[in-house]
Amino acid sequence: MTRADIMGLLLAFIARLITGAQGHWKGCPPKAEQRIYFANHQSHLDWVLIWAALPHDLRASTRPIAARDYWTSSPFKQWLTTEVFHAVYVSRQRTDDQDPLEPLVDALTSGDSLVIFPEGTRSNKGEPQFFKSGLYHLAEQFPGVQLIPAWIDNVQRVMPKGEVVPVPILCTVTFGAPLHLRKGEDKRDFLQRARQAVVDLRPVFT
Amino acid sequence: MNMLRTLSVSEQVALLFLVLFGLLALATATVSYRAMRRSGDAPSARSLRLLRDLRSLWVGSVVFWLAWIAGPVGATLLFGVFSFLALREFITLAHTRRSDHRSLLLAFFVVLPAQYVIVGIRGFDLFTVFIPVYVFLALPMISALAGDPERFLERNAKIQWGITVCVYGLSHAPALLLLEVPGFEGRGAFLLFFLVVVAATAQIVQEAMSRWLRRRPVARRIDRSFSYRAWACGALAGAALGALMFWITPFQAWQAAVMGLVAGAAGTMGEFVMKALKKDAGVRYWGNTASVTGAVGLLDRVAPLCFAAPVFFHVVRWYLQLRP
Repeated sequence: MTRADIMGLLLAFIARLITGAQGHWKGCPPKAEQRIYFANHQSHLDWVLIWAALPHDLRASTRPIAARDYWTSSPFKQWLTTEVFHAVYVSRQRTDDQDPLEPLVDALTSGDSLVIFPEGTRSNKGEPQFFKSGLYHLAEQFPGVQLIPAWIDNVQRVMPKGEVVPVPILCTVTFGAPLHLRKGEDKRDFLQRARQAVVDLRPVFT
Repeated sequence: MNMLRTLSVSEQVALLFLVLFGLLALATATVSYRAMRRSGDAPSARSLRLLRDLRSLWVGSVVFWLAWIAGPVGATLLFGVFSFLALREFITLAHTRRSDHRSLLLAFFVVLPAQYVIVGIRGFDLFTVFIPVYVFLALPMISALAGDPERFLERNAKIQWGITVCVYGLSHAPALLLLEVPGFEGRGAFLLFFLVVVAATAQIVQEAMSRWLRRRPVARRIDRSFSYRAWACGALAGAALGALMFWITPFQAWQAAVMGLVAGAAGTMGEFVMKALKKDAGVRYWGNTASVTGAVGLLDRVAPLCFAAPVFFHVVRWYLQLRP
């Protein structure tokens, strides 16, 4: 067992201790298939929560997206994202000659699963913002990869904006049924449908 | 009984656990056998419920045994973890606001560990006043410093209530384990065992009686079955069992009966109060995963203990005139 494995187990344990990190597999079973999980984004903890909610076997092949400039700025951050989480780095500065989705395409070509937050930024309004088009392009290029919507609930209460210490509050990740790009579906319609699929997973409070 | 008295303390405790696990194994075997005999069709809902109850009893007993063999430090740690999980569940349902963040940090990471450290070092005088006096004042101070006047009283009351039940109440269980009664040294496990068995019996009898008596419910919108008569039956069952078990406590039979009455009445009332709280939060069971994020149902199981333990602890200390 390497140091990165131990760190991974430790982080998953802390996430479970603080938030419970319960995964509710409503629309699909947790399976070792190639998948793109897409979820609402409210907090820095979102990725860790999804990751901890996954069964242990699936964690190694499920990768997050990390901003290259921030997550490679110190040796520890780089070690954490590379060795523990196997993150896919993307650059935030857009250059003309490079497709920003290229690292994601490479990861999917090599058979890994991805977790993406299509809103692009964190929102704390409760309702997710409109989705960026990256999800559509990936769905178009990889029709064989399952698109799984996920709703992360309660995490904004664990660590509100500007706070550094998380408060123990139970959170859930609800995974929905796989989504497919319909033949000839418009980009706008698809993104709207994907966003609705995420919102529909929100637990109802009676 | 005389033979029992000749045994050493640790032998008596070992015997207690032997009897407890033996009874549990017997009950589980009987229920499983009866469920298997009718295996042609699916096991009935009744036997499934019985098996689930037995499973939680097993968990409870194993925890109790672990608490005993782990010694003072282990027991304190173990109940500390339970407190943490129960408070986590309570706060999840309490709908706190963003400005409560610091108060919650205080509750989880300062008050909870401090309370259990005080139990661990047997500082019982500070232990009984730490939360009702000091935390009661410190929490609204932190909250006010956050600068959010909206629903100030309501938010603070919720957090303080959660601390009182999940931390203060539950921490009296390891306190009983660690209580030094003259002439009864090292036998705190019997006191805790007495409390748990009496409270659980009162609970079961009360539920059975309310089903059997079918009295008019006192508060229909909170609990459709709770009636004064069923409650009194539960408390009296606690008293009767307490009297029967007097020989494991430092009390005489009638004193043990009074202790049983107090613990049984407080425990069943605690369960009733928790039901009201659940209705307020919009859940039927704490474990109802369908309607509320991640509640796992621990609060349900510890609620009677949270309410009975402090009362029982104080009655014991007050009656025996224990001074540090």
